[in-house]
Amino acid sequence: MTEPKKAASGEMLQGTMDMLILRTLVMGRAHGHTIAHVIENTSEDVLQVEQGSLYPALHRLEDRGWVKSSWGVSENNRKAKFYELTTAGRKQLVAERERWQQVVVAIGRILGEAAE
Amino acid sequence: MNLRRFFSRPAADAELAQELEAHLQHEVDHNIARGMSEEKARRQARLKLGSVRRVHETVWERNSLEWFETMLRDLRYAVRTLSRTPAFTVTAVLVMALGIGANVTLFTVVRSVLLKPLPFREPDRLIQLYEKSPDGRREYSYIAGGMYAAWKKAASSVEQMAIYGTDSINLSGSGGQLPEKLRYAKCSWDLLSMMGVVPEVGRLFVEADDRRAAPATVVLTHGLWMRRYAGDRGIVGKTILLDAKPYTVVGVLPAWFLYPDTQTQLWAPIYHEESSGMMEAVDNHNFFVIARLRRGATMAQALSQVDTAEKQVRAAHPTPSTASGASARTLLDGVVHDAKATLYTLMGATSCVLLIACLNVANLLVARSASRRKETSVRAALGGSRWRLLREQLTESAVLAGAGGALGMLFAWLGTRWLVEARPEMARANAIHMDGVVLLFGLGVVAGCGLLAGLIPSLSFLRGPLLEALQDSSRATSAGHGRVRLRRALLAAEVGLTVVLLTCAGLLLKSYNHLRSTDLGCATQNVLTMRFALPHARYDTAAKTAAFYEQLLPRLRALPGVKAAGVVTTLPGQGYGGDSRFTLPEHPDFAGGAVQDAIVRGADPGYFSALQIPLLSGRFFEDHERLTDARSVIVSKSFARQYFGDEDALGKHILIKDFDGVPPEGFEVVGVVGDTLWALTEQDTAMMYFPLYSGGWPNASIGVRSDGDVTSLALPIQKVLGELDPDLPVSDVLTMDQSIGRSTVDASFTSSMVMAFAVIALVLAAVGLYGVLSYIVTQRTSEIGIRIALGAQRGAVLRLILSDGLRPAWIGLLLGLVGSGFAVQLIRTMLYGTRALDWVLFAEVGMVLALVAGVACAIPAWRASRLDPMQALRTE
Repeated sequence: MTEPKKAASGEMLQGTMDMLILRTLVMGRAHGHTIAHVIENTSEDVLQVEQGSLYPALHRLEDRGWVKSSWGVSENNRKAKFYELTTAGRKQLVAERERWQQVVVAIGRILGEAAE
Repeated sequence: MNLRRFFSRPAADAELAQELEAHLQHEVDHNIARGMSEEKARRQARLKLGSVRRVHETVWERNSLEWFETMLRDLRYAVRTLSRTPAFTVTAVLVMALGIGANVTLFTVVRSVLLKPLPFREPDRLIQLYEKSPDGRREYSYIAGGMYAAWKKAASSVEQMAIYGTDSINLSGSGGQLPEKLRYAKCSWDLLSMMGVVPEVGRLFVEADDRRAAPATVVLTHGLWMRRYAGDRGIVGKTILLDAKPYTVVGVLPAWFLYPDTQTQLWAPIYHEESSGMMEAVDNHNFFVIARLRRGATMAQALSQVDTAEKQVRAAHPTPSTASGASARTLLDGVVHDAKATLYTLMGATSCVLLIACLNVANLLVARSASRRKETSVRAALGGSRWRLLREQLTESAVLAGAGGALGMLFAWLGTRWLVEARPEMARANAIHMDGVVLLFGLGVVAGCGLLAGLIPSLSFLRGPLLEALQDSSRATSAGHGRVRLRRALLAAEVGLTVVLLTCAGLLLKSYNHLRSTDLGCATQNVLTMRFALPHARYDTAAKTAAFYEQLLPRLRALPGVKAAGVVTTLPGQGYGGDSRFTLPEHPDFAGGAVQDAIVRGADPGYFSALQIPLLSGRFFEDHERLTDARSVIVSKSFARQYFGDEDALGKHILIKDFDGVPPEGFEVVGVVGDTLWALTEQDTAMMYFPLYSGGWPNASIGVRSDGDVTSLALPIQKVLGELDPDLPVSDVLTMDQSIGRSTVDASFTSSMVMAFAVIALVLAAVGLYGVLSYIVTQRTSEIGIRIALGAQRGAVLRLILSDGLRPAWIGLLLGLVGSGFAVQLIRTMLYGTRALDWVLFAEVGMVLALVAGVACAIPAWRASRLDPMQALRTE
């Protein structure tokens, strides 16, 4: 008996979480807490990350080889697990961004037509 | 998803916990920095993070392999259930192990002996050709030298055709080693190279060696080289004495080359060894022929070519001894044909045992699943899928089969080693070993057993409503009719298979006993035999040979403990020993004037009384009948009847052209003696005996009779021979019983093995019957209690239960007897002196089975009739 997979975030479209995480990591290695805050702050708090759901997503990305992790010391002098982008992850980000833009354009067209 | 991550889940989980903890800390720091109190900061952080457990579960699930996990769970569950009933588990595992072990053993042997290609170069192109025996009784018989030459010219579909024959030869003592009588093979020069043999040392034969006039050459087998010459590579080029003649050793064969059998120790070129007369005769059958087919040619083509050649030769030489046809089979078949019937019979027997074992385990599982029927029903009602229930059942039987298989493979390993040791003379016994394919076969058998044993009990919950069981009240008088029916069917099958095994075993045993009790026609108790051959190089005249025998016999008879001694060229039961063509001057037109064939023997005057072969009329030979005075012949009873009919054989003459210095009027028949058999299974008993002292008989067997232990005479006799000729090896020092035992070892082995399997099957079937009936009685305890309480007679209860249990036995017996009728046809060729459809035996088997089934059923039935009704009614 398997449960229906929960969306990465109640507020977010399915699959966008991965892309956002990858995008965040373009700026350099970061730990989960930073990633969550960067996403929230950058979106000016439009996108609320349910922080817990960040971690399964990070693990999934690591499984796919898009990010890699290592333990290190954070800016607050605490131990934390840092993630960084791999080459495959960069490629993936490019691909996902293109796909996303296509989707946005497509949806925009539909909405535009509907508005006429 | 991979297994590594699957197994490292706990570690990953711990790391995740750390990571989440770090996250919390950072969030708390963050909140405090924003001015919250520490307590509030912590609370907000937790709220923001959400359910930590949920994160853990999501990640854990992501890393798990569902199928693998359920399998492990099922496995654990099965092991736990099984270990709760150790008696059942141990029985089932042992039963399976026995069946699997026996099967894998037999498969190992069958594969190594019958299925694996011979170790020669491109063995699938090698075939063996035969002549059909002139009397048509033997499909695959010896070939005459002249026929081989004719075949070789005619057969264009074969690349090469080679001939060989086997014989024995005396290897003289050297360097302090005793003289030895060895088996050796003589072959055309190209035989060894045709088979792809590369010599270990030296060379093989070349065409120039293979002529009568060529210098004598010999190739040693690896075994002889190591044993006799300590692997000395310098042996090549040296001379050894064979039959007192010098032979140059030209090479040594590799260790793997053990053809035609492990006893053959030397090879020599055939055209050098045999007279040109022998190699040209078309009706003197002594040899074997092997051929290598051309690429793309078939055995059928080669056979039709040699068969045509054979028929042409026969048209040109129409003697009764010229065979009328040729036959062929693959070289592998030629090597293993004797082992084939035995091995396939045993394989059949072990398969039956395995099937019975599986049925029995299935039966036990049915009983178990019956007692768990309520549980399964409840689970099904709560939403457990049938597949899930089936999987559990299969896992359980798989665990049983797996454990049984592991133990069975061990049994098989031991069994294979035992078999090789018990039957070293079996064809290709040296090639028997377990390998990857055997292992695969074993795994296949295990899987098959697991499936069979698991699926049968599962049948009932694959179909039909599961919930019925819940409606059965706990006081139901007879539960699960379907299951009882299933178990009865299984039992009937078991009993049927057992009956088949028992009849086959019985028939084989009966033929073996028949064989053992066959009267050879001479004394067999307290008789010691040994053989020797006088080498022609030193015994080159008839006078020398005769003189040797004349000195030997009085000395043998003078030995203390010897009651009687005789010398004959071949003793009864020791083989065919050769035949000769003859004509009857008193019946010139007998059988259209054709030349006749009969077995010949040379016998000393005291031979017949020594071996207690009865004199029916006339007299034995006399001492003065020696050399050219040897003009008499003694014939066997069948010879007299066959060739002289009602006339008195005495005084008639037999003319033989093959012998040197024959009396022109022929040998006069002076006596008629009782028939003796040359082999236990052979019936041609027409024999002619000639005086040994004529001097023309270099091969001899000594037969010595004594009152008591005859084996203690072996050394004194060998000493006597050594005094007469220190360079004369003796062989086959055996009592007559041992010598007969040798020829029946095959029958003895097969029959006792099949019997052993049949007994195992019988025990399994009895256990099955007992188990099922006990179970039924337990199920019906309250019903029986009510019956008794209401006044049923105990005798009636006994009858009721007994008939219940015996019904499947009867059905099985009936089916088994019908099945046996077919099965015995398959082992027909292995039977001797026994009819395949032996009604007495069938009846005996039926009785044995009825008895065993009766006892197995009587115990639970008796127990049922003794039930205390009060107690029975109180049992739930």
